[in-house]
Amino acid sequence: MRQLCKGNIAVIKGALLAGCRAYYGYPITPASEIAEAAALFFPEIGGTFVQAESETASINMVYGAAAAGMRVMTASSGPGLSLMQEGISYLAGAELPCVIVDVMRAGPGLGNIAPEQSDYFAMVKGGGHGNYRNLVLAPASVQEMAELTILAFDLADKYRNPAIVLTDGYVGQMMEPLDLEYREIAAPEKPWAVKGTPETRKNFVSSIYLEADDLEAHQRRMEAKYIRAQQNETRYEQYHTENAELLVVGYGIVSRVLRSAVDEARRLGIKVGLFRPITLWPFPTEQLKLAAARTQKVFVVELSNGQMVEDVRLALNGTRPVEFYGRVGGNVPSVEELVEKIEEQSAALV
Amino acid sequence: MARELVGINAHPEASTDGYEVVHSKSEVFYPVYERKTDLKHQTHYCAGCGHGVVHKLIAEAIEELGLQDRTILVSPVGCSVFAYYYFDVGNVQVAHGRAPAAATGLHRACPDKVVIAYQGDGDLAAIGTAEIIHAANRGEKIAVFFVNNAIYGMTGGQMAPTTLVDQKSTTSPWGRRPVNEGFPLHMAEMLSSLQAPVYIERVALSDNKNIMKARRAVRKALELQRDGAGFSFVEILSPCPTIWGKDPVEAKRWVAEKMIPNFPLEVFRDHKIELPTNNAPPHKTVAELIEGKREEAAAPAPASAHHYRELGIKIAGFGGQGVLLLGQLLAEMGMREGLEVSWLPSYGPEMRSGSAHCQVWLSKEKIGSPLVSHPQVLVAMNEMSLRKFASEVAPGGIILYGRDQLPEDFTISQAQVVCIPASEIADRLGSAKVGNVVMVGALLEATECLHTTTAMKVLEAKVKNANLLELDRQALEAGRIYIDHHVAVGAVAQADGFTQ
Ligand SMILES: Cc1ncc(C[n+]2csc(CCOP(=O)(O)OP(=O)(O)O)c2C)c(N)n1
Repeated sequence: MRQLCKGNIAVIKGALLAGCRAYYGYPITPASEIAEAAALFFPEIGGTFVQAESETASINMVYGAAAAGMRVMTASSGPGLSLMQEGISYLAGAELPCVIVDVMRAGPGLGNIAPEQSDYFAMVKGGGHGNYRNLVLAPASVQEMAELTILAFDLADKYRNPAIVLTDGYVGQMMEPLDLEYREIAAPEKPWAVKGTPETRKNFVSSIYLEADDLEAHQRRMEAKYIRAQQNETRYEQYHTENAELLVVGYGIVSRVLRSAVDEARRLGIKVGLFRPITLWPFPTEQLKLAAARTQKVFVVELSNGQMVEDVRLALNGTRPVEFYGRVGGNVPSVEELVEKIEEQSAALV
Repeated sequence: MARELVGINAHPEASTDGYEVVHSKSEVFYPVYERKTDLKHQTHYCAGCGHGVVHKLIAEAIEELGLQDRTILVSPVGCSVFAYYYFDVGNVQVAHGRAPAAATGLHRACPDKVVIAYQGDGDLAAIGTAEIIHAANRGEKIAVFFVNNAIYGMTGGQMAPTTLVDQKSTTSPWGRRPVNEGFPLHMAEMLSSLQAPVYIERVALSDNKNIMKARRAVRKALELQRDGAGFSFVEILSPCPTIWGKDPVEAKRWVAEKMIPNFPLEVFRDHKIELPTNNAPPHKTVAELIEGKREEAAAPAPASAHHYRELGIKIAGFGGQGVLLLGQLLAEMGMREGLEVSWLPSYGPEMRSGSAHCQVWLSKEKIGSPLVSHPQVLVAMNEMSLRKFASEVAPGGIILYGRDQLPEDFTISQAQVVCIPASEIADRLGSAKVGNVVMVGALLEATECLHTTTAMKVLEAKVKNANLLELDRQALEAGRIYIDHHVAVGAVAQADGFTQ
């Protein structure tokens, strides 16, 4: 059954379905509706909602709840995520699963509240201290805001690692039909959790490894799970890539504009296809390589000064020319604008 | 690391040459400290360190109260970072200063358990000031043991927020100077200004009598947790002989002579608190919450019946004119009629400053960009919106202007403009608020993009008050009739020439 739903609210509906029963957060535009929906819904099913004193506190409350084995989440936007980076590093180091939603707005500093995709480095490459990875999912629709939040909980538990839902102000604020029906989603047992029970008394959650060899071994274990994630968890979508000569790459809201631009450009006779990474980490490197191999050139569009494009270049490693177009400051390119860019790019093809 | 206060093990298999067994230790301590990398029979604390004593008091209280299987200890960053080496309870180690926040998450996940946040003065009173104040203010049901040794021990003797005036540290090399560093922070007093805490006491490890008081305080704080009574806080003035450069006896004397006069020993709070249980949320099921209201579902009209492939609509006006709602109404109607829809609002301060707009797509196909840069239909509820967005309207499109006539100097060639005195019509119906619904009625009549019956169904689901619903029905009808009687409208042309 379809309901008209806001992206931010779909996040909470997904979280409820995934069995998340604790939300700790601090308000910020354009993510606040997530906290507001949690404040409304969580207490109605006996869950916990606390408006923390800061994002620093919220992420550490998340740490506590995750240590107790709960499915727990928080959400914010750039300035809040900057404050959470400390906690995210600890969560990763202590191998605690949780879900963090970043509804990106324009930065740096206070910037403005309009959409950007400029937290890519901070979320995908780390941002906190130490060697760790976040699992990062990038929804492009209201439906995916719910579905990828559910997936984020599953992956977080599977890999005992923070999972980030990385989206932007437009996907968070827009409304679309959401098709969500109740189903049982079982969270795995967490025998390592600290619950204040006789069975869990010996359990210990921490990121301290005082001896170099111990910490190295710990990090090697983490690396091994990250490699497993890279092998098993990449997700992506392709649109009209079959006979494309030009491959455009974009995620989140940009992929939506690109999709319309591809339709339009195809009407104009340009052989262009769209590759949309759904997991930003692990990045769908192999699939992108395959898609790019059939084309002559790759064109990346982002609401940033060029962040994901670095991963595209790494993936293609010089095998295809990679061009970039970015809008920033809260500007989102129109379909016409991107059609024009696609025309330029394809005109330069030989 | 040297001799220590509590770590000497009474278990025969753990006895170590050169150490004298002084007393047996609490069963709440591990017999052998396997989590340590070496010297597994003794703690890492220096001789005369207050942490060792506080550990012992806590362990004994946990044992006496029978709480070992119910307790979660949150260890901080500071010399007591390794508390988990010793305590045979559930252990969670956290970031510097964040113990009260992590304890919040833990206790709320395990509401019938005893959660202890153990913190030093740098941890609690500097980097974690916000976390402790707010945990206390929320009345989190946790016990906080605050070891105030007036110095940063772990990092080698830097100034703490509790360092005394004139006290030297590596970062207050001439002694703490209030002119540069301010005065020592009195956490127990500060927290006593809050309503929620049930128990706040300051004790000292200066002599046996005071240590006995400290023992009672620690036990009381844990009893209160056992009983789920509320936030309890024990500040413990504590010697740090190594950093202070004193022997254990001198260090205790320094606590008595220097610290206690600065930090008075007192029970600052000891009362039960009855929390008001007002505004309890109703109970619902997850299915109810995620699936939305049943009645909102309606049998979809065939999408194929619509005369367009896709229709981009922009609606703009003052905040308060119901602009965003108008767009939602159209999107909801489109969804019920089996179309793909999207609704994208202007949001945040822009909205608050008085103007608002939203962009709606109705489409037979999956929607790409939710942005409508060239709307086929513009609903402009005020002059500003008309001037701002009219030039964006696609050739052959239509502008519905919510005033009785266009501004004199306004011209537009690519689109047809229809004026609807929406607020006058709404006023005549008896409520200025339904101006946006008048515009919906007009829009549906002028564009035939969706059915009026669907609009009523959506309104019925949304508007619970029968009088208001009737008003909306009249407003829809009035908008429709206005177009019907006053305006001849051509079909909205599709940009790609699509017609049906
Ligand atoms: C974010 C951060 N900043 C600084 C440190 C370094 N550090 C570790 S312990 C400590 C001070 C601890 O002092 P206190 O809380 O008084 O505890 P004590 O060691 O005296 O028991 C500091 C500054 C850290 N671990 N993390």
